[in-house]
Amino acid sequence: MANEHGQKWDRCLADSAVKIATGLGVGIVFSVLFFKRRTWPVAFGSGVGLGMGYSNCQQDFRSPYQLHGHRVKVSKSNTS
Amino acid sequence: MLRVCLKGANSAARKCLCGNGVPLHPLQQCRSYTSGGSGSSAGKIVAASVLTMGGGVGGTILYANWDPKFRANVEKSIPYSDQVFGLALGPAAPPPVINKPRKVEPVQISSMSEVWKDSKQPKAKEVQRKAEQPDAEGPPAPAPQETLEAAAKCTECEHEPAVKERPEGEVAARLAEQDKAEQDLLTSLSSNLEDALGSTAKVTLQAIGAQEAALQAIAQHTRQLREAMEAEAPPDKKSTQWRVLEDALSERSRSVDEAGAAVLKAKAELDKLRGVIDGAKHLKIAAARPSILAAEENLHSMVVDLDSVVTRVQTAQSEAKIVSQYSELVNEAKAQFQKELNSITPEIQANWKGLTGKLTQDDLNSLIAHAHRRIDQLNRELAEQRVREQIHIDSALEQQKLEDKKALEVAISTALEHNREQMRLEQEKKVEETREVMEAEMRTQLRRQAAAHTDHLRDVLKVQEQELRSEAEEILNSSLMEKETEYRRLTQDQLDSFTLDMNAAYARLKGMEEAIDSHVIAEEEARKAHQLWLSVEALNYTLKTAALNDPTEPLEGAVQAIKESCAEDEFAQALATALPSESLSRGVYSEASLRARFYTIRQLARRVALIDETRNSLYQYFLSYLQAMLLFEKAQEAPPAKLSAEDLDTFKLLSYAAYSLEHGDLELAAKLVNQLKGESRRVAQDWLKEARLTLETKQVVSLLSAYANAVGLGTTMAP
Repeated sequence: MANEHGQKWDRCLADSAVKIATGLGVGIVFSVLFFKRRTWPVAFGSGVGLGMGYSNCQQDFRSPYQLHGHRVKVSKSNTS
Repeated sequence: MLRVCLKGANSAARKCLCGNGVPLHPLQQCRSYTSGGSGSSAGKIVAASVLTMGGGVGGTILYANWDPKFRANVEKSIPYSDQVFGLALGPAAPPPVINKPRKVEPVQISSMSEVWKDSKQPKAKEVQRKAEQPDAEGPPAPAPQETLEAAAKCTECEHEPAVKERPEGEVAARLAEQDKAEQDLLTSLSSNLEDALGSTAKVTLQAIGAQEAALQAIAQHTRQLREAMEAEAPPDKKSTQWRVLEDALSERSRSVDEAGAAVLKAKAELDKLRGVIDGAKHLKIAAARPSILAAEENLHSMVVDLDSVVTRVQTAQSEAKIVSQYSELVNEAKAQFQKELNSITPEIQANWKGLTGKLTQDDLNSLIAHAHRRIDQLNRELAEQRVREQIHIDSALEQQKLEDKKALEVAISTALEHNREQMRLEQEKKVEETREVMEAEMRTQLRRQAAAHTDHLRDVLKVQEQELRSEAEEILNSSLMEKETEYRRLTQDQLDSFTLDMNAAYARLKGMEEAIDSHVIAEEEARKAHQLWLSVEALNYTLKTAALNDPTEPLEGAVQAIKESCAEDEFAQALATALPSESLSRGVYSEASLRARFYTIRQLARRVALIDETRNSLYQYFLSYLQAMLLFEKAQEAPPAKLSAEDLDTFKLLSYAAYSLEHGDLELAAKLVNQLKGESRRVAQDWLKEARLTLETKQVVSLLSAYANAVGLGTTMAP
């Protein structure tokens, strides 16, 4: 159990790094292709990547506490 | 300051030593002080001590010289003093030897003294007369004689007064010694006597033979001389006769000399023999008396023979002298005649007898005339001689008488001597005989007395025997009866006691058998308990096999062993099954590894202290990390007895848990860790689970071992 934390962090960082790099790359590509080499798609892409990574990390860390609630419809029919 | 002090001390010391010395050269002064001023008094002391020591030693030596006991004492106490004494005084005189008491003078038996008194007196007289030496010999001579006779009869009783002074064994030894000595002396004496006798007899016989030979020679010589004188043989035979005569003369002289020498030798031998006999007599041995007597008799006879032979020789010699004188006279007359004849007829030669044919008438006439003249002269001489005959005869007779008297005296004295000797010998023989007779008589009397005594003793003994026998039989019977009853009683007692013992032994045997059986059971129980205990120990041991970060070996084997060893013990079985399955399959971690792991857990728990179900975003994570970095709590803190609300803080809880872990209380640490909330709890869950396992296993094992110990104790206690 103690390792889980560490493993999570590893995963998280690795994932974030990949996402950031991917975002950067996509941003660069878009910036090059469509936006005339403006920097904002690069930043945008890396930001998107970072955000995605952060979200994933969070999700990962939260996962034990996630409660999956089910709404139980109380049918009013045939209950008197 | 220290130096100053030292200097002061030094100077003070020096002043003390030197007294009022000049302080200029204190050291030198001190030196001279020790060798000068006190030197004289030291010398005086030394001299005085040497003097006293010398005086002591000298005094000791002097006193030891005077008193040997003191000397012995000192020699004993001081090791090398005997050598010093030996140097100074010479060796110590040996302790005075106590001379063994010599033979006590014999006690004379009064019954015998009368016989001896009679014999003593003539003996004493004879001895005194015989003794040639002065009176000093006289008393010792009769005294030895007396003691000789007394000792002859009293060799036993002479020791009786001495018995009281000496021990029995010594007496016997001395008697034996004396007997042996006497025997030896006797044998030596007899051999001596025999030797002496033999030699003397031989010599005497030789002397006698020599004397006889001399006698013969003398007789022959005289005979021949007479023949030569009287016979008128022709001249040539005469010369041979004269020659034969000369030979006989020389023969006679030689034999006489020989005889004389032999007689001297014989006399010397006889003297020696006499000396030996006297010595033998002095030795006072009774048994030697007959041989002594015999020797004396022999001596006497030899002396007698020798004397007789000597007298015969002397008579022969005197006869020979007469004959020789006669021959001399004849020769003288012949010589005278010859001279006259020669004066008348000078031309006639010596042997005138052979010249009868050669003489002339004148010569014959002158010869006849001379012969006539000679005859006349001789007649005249004869007449004168006849006249003087009587006077001559008287004077000769007188002379002869004198000589005869002398010879007679000598003969008488020798005969007396011989007679006396003979008588003494006879007397001694008689004394011997009487003594033997007396002794025999005494012996018979004693024997008779002894026989009577033995008879009497025998009778008395017989009577006593009878009495004693009857007494003894009575006693024997009575004691036999007693002993029989005693014996019967004892056997009965023995039987009774034996029966009792047998019963007791049987009962004990039964008891012992039961005890052994129960012991067997108890031992069986004990064995089982021991086995259980052993298996529990094995389980315990397996618990210890945990390496630092690895779990122990699976406990399954040990638990199986326990289950086998306590097959019918429910409690143990229950316990054995109560172990958590993971401990069986995988093993448990040791406390030390848990403790080590806790620190990483703690670190992690600290870091995620803010994260729980509600707050678990990454930002919260960041905050939580920041908090962990910035918040310092005590590494270990003693947990309170009761946890209050504010103690439920993660950090506090962790420090409490750390403290309890450090103090070996895993249970409390686990309890505290169990209070963690949120992510910290999740993070510590693993550790908690392990801790729980370990605690469970340990609990079960301790229970089992306690149970095994209890069971073991129970079995070892005597029921």
